[in-house]
Amino acid sequence: MSTATSVTVDAPAVRAPRRTPAPIPMSRLLAVELRKSFDTRSGFWLMSSVGILALIATAATIAFAPDSALDYESFATAIGFPMAVLLPIIAALSVTGEWSQRTGLTSFTLVPHRGRVITAKFIVTLGVGVVSMLLAAVIGAAGNVVGTAIAGTETVWNVSVTELSYIILANVLGMLVGFMFGVLLRNSAAAIVGYFVYGFALPPLTMLLATSQDWFEDAQPWVDFNYAQGNLFNGSMTGEQWGQLGVTGLIWLIIPLSIGLWSVLRSEVK
Amino acid sequence: MITVDSLSKRYGAFNAVDDVSFTARPGRVTGFLGPNGAGKSTTMRIMVGLTPPDAGSATVAGRRFADLPNPGLEVGVLLDASAQHAGRTGREILTIAQRTMGLPKSRVDEMLDTVSLTPQEAGRRVRNYSLGMRQRLGIATALLGEPDVLILDEPANGLDPAGIRWMRDLLRGYADRGGTVLLSSHLLHEIEVIADDLVVIGQGRIVAQGTKAELLAGAGTLVRTRAIPELTRALAASGLTPVPSGATGGDDALRVDADTEVVGKIALEAGIALVELRGADGAGLEEMFLELTADTQREEVAA
Repeated sequence: MSTATSVTVDAPAVRAPRRTPAPIPMSRLLAVELRKSFDTRSGFWLMSSVGILALIATAATIAFAPDSALDYESFATAIGFPMAVLLPIIAALSVTGEWSQRTGLTSFTLVPHRGRVITAKFIVTLGVGVVSMLLAAVIGAAGNVVGTAIAGTETVWNVSVTELSYIILANVLGMLVGFMFGVLLRNSAAAIVGYFVYGFALPPLTMLLATSQDWFEDAQPWVDFNYAQGNLFNGSMTGEQWGQLGVTGLIWLIIPLSIGLWSVLRSEVK
Repeated sequence: MITVDSLSKRYGAFNAVDDVSFTARPGRVTGFLGPNGAGKSTTMRIMVGLTPPDAGSATVAGRRFADLPNPGLEVGVLLDASAQHAGRTGREILTIAQRTMGLPKSRVDEMLDTVSLTPQEAGRRVRNYSLGMRQRLGIATALLGEPDVLILDEPANGLDPAGIRWMRDLLRGYADRGGTVLLSSHLLHEIEVIADDLVVIGQGRIVAQGTKAELLAGAGTLVRTRAIPELTRALAASGLTPVPSGATGGDDALRVDADTEVVGKIALEAGIALVELRGADGAGLEEMFLELTADTQREEVAA
């Protein structure tokens, strides 16, 4: 059978060459990625659960905390826990959906620069994280006002702006770890499991190790990202603690995220 | 215009795409034909930058796909109609594409109309779509940016006969207005009715390409007789190489690379009665295609 036969074709109806389209601006990608995190039922409820869980945690604090403990710190702590669980999941799913749901086939052909799409997701994730935390802070504040009014106690604002911003930073860092697992594993279930192992199963183990092994107790602040982040919740950070946060962040966040990005840019999208 | 130049892709020891080169021209429908697993989808994924090639290059409208500033406006792509978030509505999927490309909102309704998805259907979540509806939605996404080039992987899968007819007319009209269409299929007959040019791929390699007319014409003669061994001998004695043909559905046919007149004369001289004698009309292409398929067939049919 002949191959590659030369072909004479009747002059085809050639379209007038069109102008080269303008490149897709980053602002448009951000708007699209934000929309994509809300436009499914699961995405919508996941996002809504930030507000809903903050309200439930606030109500529970009012109902169950002793009157003497009704201060802003109690509300912030109560709301903080569901945020630490939810935000990383939101971050991981924003990335893994493109692979697990295979929407990447469309996303990465409409925008054939995966780095730009991932960057847009990263910025949207940061934005969602900060807005969620501010929303949670406002809900907590409202709870503090309402709760102390009901209990008839004095309204205590014992969380400073600096402390609040540290807490927001800690949660955003947690969210970025979720994002990192999403980029690195590109599978929804694996990324969520990865985050929970890292965020909830690992800390008790490292704590156990630190109590039994002296050498690890000394090394822990410089190798354990969870531990280094824990200092953010204590309200004040020394220069050394910032350094520990930076070093552990490099190990647990920046390096794996870079490896993940490197493989995202080179992998096949199927 | 799509140009594929010496594209190769290996997975370990397996050559998924092996030195594939072809061109899809404006104003024509190019059929990319091959059995399942021949490398069609891999080739198409490489074209649009989803799979990195090991060697070779592919350009669309003269540029690498990744260099297109807003690809949706120049190339419509449908690789897998089911690769959508099951929880999004059809309308939402189109809206995301419309926003990404920066098109007016009205394009979404125009496209839904073009592919005959009703507003009720567009409002349903894709998990409730039939494969045919997903294909229509995928076509709508591909056409949204009014591109000059279409790259469609098995777009007729899951469509009913009326849907296939609709798709054929749509793509015909699109090519007649100067568009470039590359569509793949594993069904010869499906591609035969729509394509102007054919690229046939098997086990990663291109085994034939050209205009449909050329590929169908060069197939020689089909001859049927009750005396196959005698006719085979007679033809061989005249320097021809007849091959058994399954084109008639039985084992009483041969295909010969010669004119009907030559074959008729040989049969007459050998005194062999013929049941049928005609131009093979694509039987060669069909047999080549069956051979390709047979090589990858898992279940051998008992002879």
